[in-house]
Amino acid sequence: MAPASETEKKTDKKERLEEVVIRLAGDSGDGMQLTGNQFTNTSALLGNDLATFPDYPAEIRAPAGSLPGVSGFQVRFSSKDIHTPGDAPDAMVVMNPAAFKTNIDDLKPGGLLIVNTGNFAESDLKKAKYDHNPLEDDTLRERFRVLELNLNQATLDAVEGSGLTSKNALRCKNFLALGILYWIYSRPLDTTEKWIAEKFAKRPDIVQANQMALRAGHKIADNSELLQVQYEVLPADLPEGTYRTVMGNSSLAMGLVAGSNLSGLTLFYGSYPITPASDLLHALSRYKNHGVITFQAEDEICAISSAIGASYAGCIGMTGTSGPGLALKTEALGLAVSTELPLVVVNVQRAGPSTGMPTKTEQADLLFAIFGRNSEAPIPVLAPSTPTDCFSVGIEAVRIAVTYMTPVIVLSDLALANGAEPFRVPDVADLKPFPVSHYKGGGEGDFDPFARDPETLARPWAIPGTPGLEHRIGGLEKSEHAGNVSYDPHNHERMVELREQKVMSIADSYPATEVHGPDSGDLVVLGWGSSYGAIRGAVDRSIAAGKKVAQVHIRNLWPLPNDLKDILSRYKKILVPEMNRGHLAHLLRSEFLLDPVKLSKVQGRPFPTSEIQTRIAELLD
Amino acid sequence: MTDAATLTKKDFVSDQEVRWCPGCGDYAILTGVQQVFASLGVPKEKFVLISGIGCSSRFPYYLDTYGFHTIHGRAPALATGVKIANPDLDVWVVTGDGDGLSIGGNHLIHAMRRNLNIKVLLFNNRIYGLTKGQYSPTSEPGMKTPSSPFGSLDEPFNPIAVALGAGSTFVARGVDTRLPHLKEILQAAHAHEGFAFVEILQNCVIFNDGAFDHIAGREVRDERMVDLRPGEPLVFGKEGDKGLQFTPDSIEIVEAGEADVWDPTRPVGARAFRICQGSEYEDLPVPVGIFRSVQRPPLEKLIHEQIKQATESMGEGSLESLLAAGETWKVD
Repeated sequence: MAPASETEKKTDKKERLEEVVIRLAGDSGDGMQLTGNQFTNTSALLGNDLATFPDYPAEIRAPAGSLPGVSGFQVRFSSKDIHTPGDAPDAMVVMNPAAFKTNIDDLKPGGLLIVNTGNFAESDLKKAKYDHNPLEDDTLRERFRVLELNLNQATLDAVEGSGLTSKNALRCKNFLALGILYWIYSRPLDTTEKWIAEKFAKRPDIVQANQMALRAGHKIADNSELLQVQYEVLPADLPEGTYRTVMGNSSLAMGLVAGSNLSGLTLFYGSYPITPASDLLHALSRYKNHGVITFQAEDEICAISSAIGASYAGCIGMTGTSGPGLALKTEALGLAVSTELPLVVVNVQRAGPSTGMPTKTEQADLLFAIFGRNSEAPIPVLAPSTPTDCFSVGIEAVRIAVTYMTPVIVLSDLALANGAEPFRVPDVADLKPFPVSHYKGGGEGDFDPFARDPETLARPWAIPGTPGLEHRIGGLEKSEHAGNVSYDPHNHERMVELREQKVMSIADSYPATEVHGPDSGDLVVLGWGSSYGAIRGAVDRSIAAGKKVAQVHIRNLWPLPNDLKDILSRYKKILVPEMNRGHLAHLLRSEFLLDPVKLSKVQGRPFPTSEIQTRIAELLD
Repeated sequence: MTDAATLTKKDFVSDQEVRWCPGCGDYAILTGVQQVFASLGVPKEKFVLISGIGCSSRFPYYLDTYGFHTIHGRAPALATGVKIANPDLDVWVVTGDGDGLSIGGNHLIHAMRRNLNIKVLLFNNRIYGLTKGQYSPTSEPGMKTPSSPFGSLDEPFNPIAVALGAGSTFVARGVDTRLPHLKEILQAAHAHEGFAFVEILQNCVIFNDGAFDHIAGREVRDERMVDLRPGEPLVFGKEGDKGLQFTPDSIEIVEAGEADVWDPTRPVGARAFRICQGSEYEDLPVPVGIFRSVQRPPLEKLIHEQIKQATESMGEGSLESLLAAGETWKVD
């Protein structure tokens, strides 16, 4: 191969695009997630707005080359403000027949397909249940621009002399593919080269081979006859500030640490490993120098119980899990409700029921979070709408828990947890502290552990170790004020009402609900959680098409905002897209006697913007 | 603030009416615990009693300390959070054979292996009392109860063997009817820096009356029980004339003068295992006292040391350093 300087430059000019969606698809062992993250980081540093959607199987390594083993990563990068990882990709890298089969139908007509022919031998085809080679289908070239490359051979050639075995050498092929993409989309190599050097610092041979593969990919693209144009996507016009990339789980972990810092309390996080919530435990366990205590419990029940114990002793206790884990925690949640201790419980939702599809997303735990406990056990429920929003929801959850002495449930989901986007680092001065001081006594007469703050109805938080305030609490019903065990029928009713009133009064502390679009009109799309971006895109396109459509996206799912009913009533129709069978729609009916139209999706993947846009158009016809 | 040196039993009596059945073994244990607490030199506000569900778990209501009556089986889990959150507290768990070994078995064994510096008192009456008399994980095979009208088929747990197996660093057994002995054990448990498990054989007068009469009855107990006293020979009998001696594959009854000296600090603990496994209905006496007492750093200490070290090496975290970590870029 001739050195780059001697090859003739194909184009002088780069074609400018507003935005691009690319998808990488390969075997779980092909490093697609890593490659996608590298492309994302490089694009973030270039100043693009971006959103990602990693889609991977639950098995760490499903049989190589099989259909269930396909791992995908989609990233959308743009010079404009964007809200979703995009619908159909403009370009796709496909590493084997299984990835081809499960992804090709999503590629945009006329899109660029880069396919690794090195993995299309008969045995590979068989693993993907093909009886022919789909690349030989001529219509493929009519539908797409197809770049067929034997990435395996190219990688072996590229890293020759690095001293790696051919098995290890082949593992560099994802960097070769990344090099090709970097050339096409005019991205610099240095961020990834630096990352490789740090990541594999202990193996200089691997550093060298990966960097060689990356550069070789770049060169191959430069020499390719099919690739005549390089594209560029300019930096987005983002608000001034310092940025970093965050994923929902890392952003939520930061929010929880920030919340405990703003409250002045020590964060105790008790958790049991579960997909997709484990990254919260991983992230928090690295924050030791922030005084964060993490505890990996023997099960979900101990995880929440230890957090309740920590709150009782004066920390802000937290636990994180996913749906099945929340099911195991419900009895302890009742104890936290009854003893009125602060607690933050994160549920990173995944597709169920039971084990379901642990690596696919869903929003079907809403009614469970609000109502899923024995007896009357009201708990406030919040949901972040974007990976960056996870940060402020983390803080808000702590604020509510300590202000009202109540457990709080945060409903994130897998799409948020693993999705990445740029995060504008907030100015610390803009984060308002809400210092908490434990009750030290000094009131008149005996200490009443269940006396209440007249405004918030919160009880005093008196912690063990405080002289003179020795008292007992527990799961048995307690008398108003004194908190002694009580079976008095009227007292029980009163306590049930008080606990309910306390939680419902949290709605008085919400800011006014925001409306995006006209204040009244033909249709309002109401959503919650990770469908925010898809709804925003659909509503914006509908508005651009002249329709009187607005978006309302709520963070507080319980209690519902006080102004919500009035706002929704100003539109002729209400559409509620949800990745469940209609939980929020159900609440609108039961709480407000409103009659929304449901748009339900339970396929384990997020809504495409187009699907919501189409439904809006249908409803307005 | 209470002066820890002048505390008496009375200081630990709460204003709540005690509601166990008349004659219940729990009364004696309550008295013992109140007396021991007063003697430990610990300020009253440092004590936290945590219980699960069951007759024994009403215990915290009757002590004028901090108390948390939690949910069935979860007391060790709650206590874990309390102790890690504030290692200064003197944390005691009160549980029973159903609460601690059945529904809460998992939490109990994991708290043991982690060696938190907490004290667990397991009141073993070999029956479910509060739910009215079903067989428990320590009930004897064949026992007829409302849920086993033709006799229980379950093989029971030996709580001491469970504790030894799970790595509890302090393992002991006392009896509700031998208060002075029980108090000595509670004091030793408190002095142990680490997890202390104390099984207390406790009589339920309603559903399993006399369950321990064949061991602890006034007439037989000198012959049927042997006290494991650290550094002292294994001697028993009304006249103190009998002793126990370990052989390679058994334990023999010998003259008192030939008895082996008991050492609960042996790291392997094979003798503790061996001696706790005897049948209550054969010749060998049933052991009470201290089976094991070994040293290992408690978890809460390790956790806080790790945090301290990380803070020293990484620098104390702040909101600024939290937010600006990792790779950042500026948009002007």
